[in-house]
Amino acid sequence: MPKQAPEVRRRNFDEVALGYLAETAVQEAKRCLGCKKPKCVLGCPVEIDIPGFIQSIAQRDFVAGVRILKEKNCLPAVCGRVCPQEEQCEEICVLVKKGGQIAIGRLERFLADWEAGQGEPEMPQISAPTGRKVAVIGGGPAGLTVAGDLIKLGHHVTIFEALHKMGGVLVYGIPEFRLPKAIVQREIDYLKKMGVELVTDFVVGKTRTVDSLLEEYHAIFVGSGAGLPWFMNIPGENLNGVYSANEYLTRMNLMKGFQFPQFPTPIKDHSRVAVIGGGNVAMDCARTALRLGAEARIIYRRSRQELPARLEEIENAEEEGVIFDFLTLPIRYMGDENGWVRKIECLRMKLGEPDASGRRRPVPIEGSEFILPMDAVICAIGNSPNPLIAATTPGLEVGKRGNIVADEETGRTSKERVWAGGDVVTGAATVIQAMGAGRKAARSIHEYLSGL
Amino acid sequence: MFKIIESQMVVPNMHLLVVEAPAVARQMNPGQFVILRSEEDGERIPLSVSDWDAKAGTVTVVFLNVGHSTSTLASLESGMNIPSVVGPLGNPTEIDKFGTVLCLGGCYGIGSLYPIARALKEKGNKIVTVIEARSSFLFYWEDRLREVSDQLFHITRDGTKGSRGHVSRLPEIIKAWGQSVDRMIINGCTFLLKRGSDVSRSMGIKTVVSLNPIMIDGTGMCGVCRVTVAEATKFACVDGPDFDGHEVDWAELLQRRKQYVAEESVSFRTSRCEEHARRP
Repeated sequence: MPKQAPEVRRRNFDEVALGYLAETAVQEAKRCLGCKKPKCVLGCPVEIDIPGFIQSIAQRDFVAGVRILKEKNCLPAVCGRVCPQEEQCEEICVLVKKGGQIAIGRLERFLADWEAGQGEPEMPQISAPTGRKVAVIGGGPAGLTVAGDLIKLGHHVTIFEALHKMGGVLVYGIPEFRLPKAIVQREIDYLKKMGVELVTDFVVGKTRTVDSLLEEYHAIFVGSGAGLPWFMNIPGENLNGVYSANEYLTRMNLMKGFQFPQFPTPIKDHSRVAVIGGGNVAMDCARTALRLGAEARIIYRRSRQELPARLEEIENAEEEGVIFDFLTLPIRYMGDENGWVRKIECLRMKLGEPDASGRRRPVPIEGSEFILPMDAVICAIGNSPNPLIAATTPGLEVGKRGNIVADEETGRTSKERVWAGGDVVTGAATVIQAMGAGRKAARSIHEYLSGL
Repeated sequence: MFKIIESQMVVPNMHLLVVEAPAVARQMNPGQFVILRSEEDGERIPLSVSDWDAKAGTVTVVFLNVGHSTSTLASLESGMNIPSVVGPLGNPTEIDKFGTVLCLGGCYGIGSLYPIARALKEKGNKIVTVIEARSSFLFYWEDRLREVSDQLFHITRDGTKGSRGHVSRLPEIIKAWGQSVDRMIINGCTFLLKRGSDVSRSMGIKTVVSLNPIMIDGTGMCGVCRVTVAEATKFACVDGPDFDGHEVDWAELLQRRKQYVAEESVSFRTSRCEEHARRP
């Protein structure tokens, strides 16, 4: 797929990957064998009829392709961009070893973008109103999926979002250059047109409790996400210039800090930025800092092979000039007299025996301490579920890490009429996994509502 | 959209807004805060709540005009709308029967102290309220505070009302009051919180302060509001905003609050002229 050249894109916030032209998409689609028992579908958490929409592209019937896609996925333009297809649908494509797997994600994105260029989207069939009301807590990928599925079935759906914009991690977390916010807005507008009621600036647990909502709604889905950033608990973490990834990305993406002062929420001009962690969020932070003109580096305690980020994002970061310090562990931040971080003390690591995750465990090398000068640090080592709902909802079982306990197949929680899914249940995961959990919960909620 | 019911400058540079937000007003308790946005794409501004009316569905905030966003907020007139009012956020102030409670307020904290003093009074506490300002013309809501206090004292830097000086005068005021104080509650700027806590520590009075660090989402997500309390990191938005004033790392909090001073002046400087030119 064509991309902006690294030396150009590292200085702008425009989307990196440019997408397929119709001709390329059709050529790629024609490679699909149309397997009778398609494996790719098994790899898709939301069960999209992948050969179906690819055949439509091959036949240049893009309208039909969009229809097939949207039967199962209310956010195709988002998923086409941020799903890790290489470890889902594409990984098990039978062509993997015969000329390479079909670029399913890119084709999905092509269809969604093609539709956006056609003006008003086609509205799906919406069943007659059932009179049942569902409250969805959290306007991120899980909640949007539940809303999209249930509104089509004729239920009344209201989404309550704590921030001032719908979209959850799609708007506050993932940067513009990977997922343009106009695309997210388009998908949300589509849900609104289908009749989903959208309430922003509403913190369930604070503005109103789950129990109070249960008096008005027949069912509730909790998809409030992983909201509480982790720090490493090492000295100096509260120095000025040490951010959580959530703070850094929220300032940039939700509040548009990269356009300060046209947008009033500020972001600092840093010259040397270290990002701690090796996931997609860490890549997003480093590439954002780079675009603001800083020297950006990833500090990761294992080696390149163990990086949890998508290969595509790692390569993008490398091409753009992000520096990688592998097998490195920060142990202390040191500040100046005004409380600003100036240096990081690190330890070199080596890989030992495999740990519970199957990856080789990093072991410190004694006496290998060294110091890196730095004027900002972004801690991207993960989040715990936001505790606001769990803490204010009696009868809702919560796991050890603060996660809401829900059945994997149905999303049912220990509390009557309450379902949950996404990061609030699993801890930080991917957009598509949250959507998959939303799909299953919507099915279970619909069954429940149909029996009333 | 949330409608502005009332907007006025209560004393120079100190503004009061009454905004319609029924769902927020219904759940409000003393010591909690809201986040407002004065314009689309505007900053999220955390403000302590000074009063509310659950029946009328309104929330009242008092705030100091310090930069671009608060100045935009201050320029709003009744009948206009703002895009966001979120709350109630944070935990309520602990209200119980403590005996005698000294309520110390300055700046916007004079306003936010009022519902706390009122609730404590209703619980049967004796309330001695001390308000502090640079000069007497900066006091407001004295009538309201007097209503919920057994006694009201003033401290002014220039001596134009009450004791002359700063909160270091507190021990004398308590002496004049003539009774022991069981708990102290402080609302206002960080300096007042810190210096008040210093004074009460020396007198051995348990002290609760309402912290006001930088925030973005106000729901625990960003972590910019982290403070060190009793050597542990806390998020003021979800763990506070009230903490024991004797356990807060004040030096760190004061430094963290200064992170965007330079940027604040940039947005203030670059926005004003254009904005005035746009206005009819």
